[in-house]
Amino acid sequence: MRLDQVNKGQRFQITSIPDKQISTQAIRLGIYEGARLACAYKFPAGPVIIQNGMQEIAIGRELAKKIEVRLLDKGDVK
Amino acid sequence: MQCHNMTEKIDINKDAKKIVLVGNPNVGKSVFFNALTGAYVDVSNFPGTTVDISSGRYKDMVVMDTPGVYGVSSFNDEERVARDVILYADIILNVVDALHIERDLFLTQQIIDMGKPVVVALNMMDEVKKNGIEIDVDKLSQELGVPVIPTVAVKGEGIEEIKEALLHCARVGNRLPIVEENLQAVRHLVDEDSEALLVLEEDESIIARHNISGIKGMREQIYQARRERVDEIVKKVMRQTNRGASFSVKLGRWMLSPLTGIPILIVVLWLVYEFVGVFVAQTVVEWTEGLIMGEYYYNFIMNLLEPILGTESFLGQLLIGEFGVLTMTPIYVFGLLLPLVVGFYLVLSIMEDSGYLPRVAVLTDRSLNYLGLNGRAIIPIILGFGCVTMATIVTRILGSRRERFIATMLLALTIPCSAQLGVIAGLLGPLGIKMTALYLFVILLVFAVVGTLLNRVVPGKSTDLMIDLPPLRLPRIGNVLKKTYVKSKAFITEAGPLFLLGAVIISVLQYTGILDLIADGFAPITEGFLKLPRETAVAFIMGIIRRDFGAAGLNDMVSQGLLNPSQVVVALIAITLFVPCIAAVMVIFKERNWKEAILIWVSSFIISFLTAGIVAQVIV
Repeated sequence: MRLDQVNKGQRFQITSIPDKQISTQAIRLGIYEGARLACAYKFPAGPVIIQNGMQEIAIGRELAKKIEVRLLDKGDVK
Repeated sequence: MQCHNMTEKIDINKDAKKIVLVGNPNVGKSVFFNALTGAYVDVSNFPGTTVDISSGRYKDMVVMDTPGVYGVSSFNDEERVARDVILYADIILNVVDALHIERDLFLTQQIIDMGKPVVVALNMMDEVKKNGIEIDVDKLSQELGVPVIPTVAVKGEGIEEIKEALLHCARVGNRLPIVEENLQAVRHLVDEDSEALLVLEEDESIIARHNISGIKGMREQIYQARRERVDEIVKKVMRQTNRGASFSVKLGRWMLSPLTGIPILIVVLWLVYEFVGVFVAQTVVEWTEGLIMGEYYYNFIMNLLEPILGTESFLGQLLIGEFGVLTMTPIYVFGLLLPLVVGFYLVLSIMEDSGYLPRVAVLTDRSLNYLGLNGRAIIPIILGFGCVTMATIVTRILGSRRERFIATMLLALTIPCSAQLGVIAGLLGPLGIKMTALYLFVILLVFAVVGTLLNRVVPGKSTDLMIDLPPLRLPRIGNVLKKTYVKSKAFITEAGPLFLLGAVIISVLQYTGILDLIADGFAPITEGFLKLPRETAVAFIMGIIRRDFGAAGLNDMVSQGLLNPSQVVVALIAITLFVPCIAAVMVIFKERNWKEAILIWVSSFIISFLTAGIVAQVIV
């Protein structure tokens, strides 16, 4: 599943970020392979806002399409 | 871009210890800087960049501020500058936003991995409580291995403790095991532990600086380990006591969601227009340009030089003529541009410091995607309504050359600067809603069509939006003023000389009669295709020198009753789309290569006349 397919409120774990240039920048914002995050808001065909604790990061839709994620069940605690 | 050890640039005692302030953007570093250094501060520009470094003194030590960054490396100008200051620091004061430790501690851990003695200021502790979060400060200090001091810097809480800690208890913290294990292998290649870490992290400039080759970098592994370590620390020290979102969190959400966000954006833009477009561009400029520069200064310089030079000689024309280096240039730069630029940077600094700007970027991201840009490009576009020259310089923040080209072209072509906006609004007002709508429709259409086409044909790849949304905060007035001052000064020193050069070129064209030839050459197009009176060509030519001259020229013609309403709209469309002013053109040549600059210039000509001509054929 890709990040752009996650719905608002869902929790997920990032499984792959293909672009190396992007992943080195993203990791500082808490976005990396293995990170457990939540989708705070999704614009129709626009950016996806992901949340890590109190922090929010906006990801452009095209970029979100390149990021692979796995949905977390309600039971998966952080 | 060539960067060297920044500390050599500032005149300091070589033996003095250097305290360097480090932190993510908008964490309140400058409040600490001011508290440590007091009034005596030196702001210096880092060579080859628009980045400024403040330095001052605390006791017998030098204190240096750095631009806000998320990590130490070389992704952009800010990072390169911060990196070079941090690398050679003696003590680091790391300011951390307590509300965002999962973000900020990444940088903290990296500095600790460099082996620098660190003091951490855990700032904005008041907001932590407000948001129902608890942080175990002692535990955090223990995990990091460095002193951590809770502060509320804007209220002065914790400042004395920080001062004390910097003198006595800065400590080298707990490095990541992966760094500890691998650092020795590269340590002999460089001068400092901090450099060795960046070599391991594959920082190209440090590797090049020490002529290192054949090292197997491990950036990904180290970043991953650091991220995991930070998340582990956060889990140990932070506890959420209730989940009630504060008002600022809710407001931040409203600003983002299109249903509420777009109306908020419209109101904000309207306020900006009222402030910059009406108050500054008309009231303030009338005073600065009309009175101070246009009368006092102009009369002074003419009384001084006219008896010596006369106005007919070439030198007279060059220095004090219509486009003179001593007359028009300073009047334009200081009377008109400066107030506009200051007004706009003031607004932009407020939007930036309050955390609103990234939200606007998110809101506009999707629309800008169609033009091959991402949400970040809204920043130069908004600035363009203030001054296209300034906006063109700001396109540097965009992620790729392709985006910078598209944004520059759209700015040059379609965005009327505030010097013009007032005159345009004044001319459109009396024509009624229909004509105003027609004008807006045509300009927006050109903006959208040209952007979409450029997105299709310009080679390369645009970057995607990835932006941190900081919490909304009331901006600090001192900070806003300082930012405005630094940026306005940088703009004037950069654009001023270019405008001077432009004035010289125009004077030469006029003295040699080439300017008249150009105006005559335009006449067939103006009369035949645009269906406008012959004199309009002069207004267009004036528009090259100063955009508002062009608009003002039209204004004169309207008051003489030379243009009917349809012709006014055609002329306004032409002059809006027409090439930017000479200062902007010079900046375009400087920022882009000459091929791209000529392409932008020539196509602005063609598109403006073509569009206005088509409209003329339909409505006049």
